[in-house]
Amino acid sequence: MPTLQEIALKTSGADARIVSGHRMCSGCGIASIIKTVLAASDKPVIVLNATGCLEVTTSVYPFTAWNTPWMHLTFENAAAVAAGVESAYKSLKRRGKIDCDVNILAVGGDGGTYDIGFQALSGALERQHKFMYLVYDNEGYMNTGNQRSGATPFGASTSTVPAGKMSSGKPQWRKNLVEIVAAHRISYVGQAAVHNTLDLYRKAQKGFNADGPAVLAVLQPCTTNWSYDPALTMQYSKLAVETNFWPLYEVENGVVHINTKPSNRRPIEEFLKGQTRFRHLFKPGNEHVIVEMQKMIDEEWARLLKIEESGIQF
Amino acid sequence: MGIRKAITGAEAAAEAMRQINPDVVVAYPITPQTPIVEQFAKYVADGIVDTEMVPVESEHSAMSATVGAEAAGARAMSATSSQGLALMWEIVAATPGLRLPVLMPLVNRTISAPLNIHCDHSDVMGITTLGWIQIFSENAQEVYENLLLAIRVAEDTRVQLPAMVNQDGFITSHAVEPVEIFDDVAVRAFVGVRSLNRGLLDLQHVRTIGAMVLPDYLLEVKRAQEEAMKNVFEVYAEVGKELSAITGHQYPFFETYRTEGAEAVIVVLNSAAGTAKVAVDAMWARGKKVGLLKPILFRPFPYAEIRDALEGIPVVGVLDRSMDFGAYAPVYTEIRNVLYELDKRPVTQSYIYGLGGRDIMTTEIEAVFEELLSGNLDPEHQRYIGLRG
Repeated sequence: MPTLQEIALKTSGADARIVSGHRMCSGCGIASIIKTVLAASDKPVIVLNATGCLEVTTSVYPFTAWNTPWMHLTFENAAAVAAGVESAYKSLKRRGKIDCDVNILAVGGDGGTYDIGFQALSGALERQHKFMYLVYDNEGYMNTGNQRSGATPFGASTSTVPAGKMSSGKPQWRKNLVEIVAAHRISYVGQAAVHNTLDLYRKAQKGFNADGPAVLAVLQPCTTNWSYDPALTMQYSKLAVETNFWPLYEVENGVVHINTKPSNRRPIEEFLKGQTRFRHLFKPGNEHVIVEMQKMIDEEWARLLKIEESGIQF
Repeated sequence: MGIRKAITGAEAAAEAMRQINPDVVVAYPITPQTPIVEQFAKYVADGIVDTEMVPVESEHSAMSATVGAEAAGARAMSATSSQGLALMWEIVAATPGLRLPVLMPLVNRTISAPLNIHCDHSDVMGITTLGWIQIFSENAQEVYENLLLAIRVAEDTRVQLPAMVNQDGFITSHAVEPVEIFDDVAVRAFVGVRSLNRGLLDLQHVRTIGAMVLPDYLLEVKRAQEEAMKNVFEVYAEVGKELSAITGHQYPFFETYRTEGAEAVIVVLNSAAGTAKVAVDAMWARGKKVGLLKPILFRPFPYAEIRDALEGIPVVGVLDRSMDFGAYAPVYTEIRNVLYELDKRPVTQSYIYGLGGRDIMTTEIEAVFEELLSGNLDPEHQRYIGLRG
């Protein structure tokens, strides 16, 4: 396992697989995520990118931030495109037309993964294509201005389900993507967060080296649409883990392992505070929403601990 | 000389695919395309081809993975019909913009609603603006040869555009006909091998494919795409000559049948052209001078060549197997556009026929000819063949 400094060296300079000059927002963590994940591959990486923040900020013609083979097709099909590339790779190799070793990485945001790209992802996992799917989860359609997704948490105000006199934000809890993809019996699924580079790097390495498809879900706080000070992205990512809102865990060959167990779980208010999307929850009359959210987080955590303790395989 | 086999149009498509032996085939089954995929899957299972075949979970993923494989540098194919084409529309639209020469047989079937699995051209006519080369086939023999022709045209460096080869659902796809299959070695030498061509797997040339192009460059990208489409005529003719050396057949942009001295000509696509030939012969036998024009290359559309062929014909009837509600039918529109430049334009009449797989009889086409010759015409209103009152 390399040190932080060694990872940093791999992700910078002219030889890096994605280089500076992209147009991501100041304080956005997506660049840290993609750089760390790409650095974890010991082979060349072909990147298949769904429509979203990462795609639009790195490929505005005639410029590109990509120093590795990269393709964008549309929004909902990064996993299907990856399946096609992997099939081409297998075929051309078998026929002796190429003689290279590569890793294949599909990348999408939560909209392109939990929602519109879900079918393509499920199909590609079921067919056991050898690729890794990376979702940077900023909990909504952030590229287009904070619309609700299947990953948006309970109680969040979005532009399509705003808080108001008759609404306290999203009335449903989010999907549990990690468990859903693990149910495909793939050999590796990891849940990581942008602030913990070493954990993310290690999980990306495991994903690339998995025997078959792998999925990596990474929390990516959005300074622009969660609207907090751009300096606080890592802080919010850390709070998400320390409140058990976003546990760091992995499912390896069906077995759950929790990587970080906060000794003193912090109250969810600490994560919610300072984010515009949760501002309404601190107004009189909405106290019950935070209480309910806390209850759900604690129940989910207790459930996860039980699954880990049981050793039951997914 | 090839070997004559009694096979269906679907099997003829699968035969072409067997000879092409693509690097990757990605497909999702849909009636009436299914027998193409089934037959090809059997070739894979029996080791007759060594294609990587990917049976995906939807047509959207089918075309997405086909495009992914093609972008990677492979020769990739899919096949579909109707609803499947509709579901993959988004990626069908993206493929020519990425300049990826995907080849796809399309087995024409009605677009829902109402649900109907039988033949008409409402599937393909909904996508002719998207930038694919469109080739139509009268019978199983043409399906087979058009696929061989199309892959070379699509992949030519002057073109680099995707191509669809159409055949009529059930009428062609499921009817058994004698089809001459040409020598594997000669055909394989003709179709050749696709080069990696700076695909994603060409690690010596690292590329960004599918970049976002804003208003400052998009028009130029589309203009270049149009130039490539115009190049199809020249390449199609060249490649057609090469294929002729193997098959002995000609590959014109369209076929004319007994149009010399004709007083009325009908224009019709695909299998109905075969029926129309029988009707034309019956009319001549009765001393009526009528002919047929069957478009083959529909995109790009050979306006000037068809205009030359129709010049001097007094009356032209156009039979469309799909409608464009509130507007002239698709083939009729093209023929009207063709004729506009003439000083002395033929009188035209639009007919709708065969929707949802309804049969068209030689007697009905003969009645059309009689009507065209009678002068009882109304060019601004389409008529319906076999419509029940």
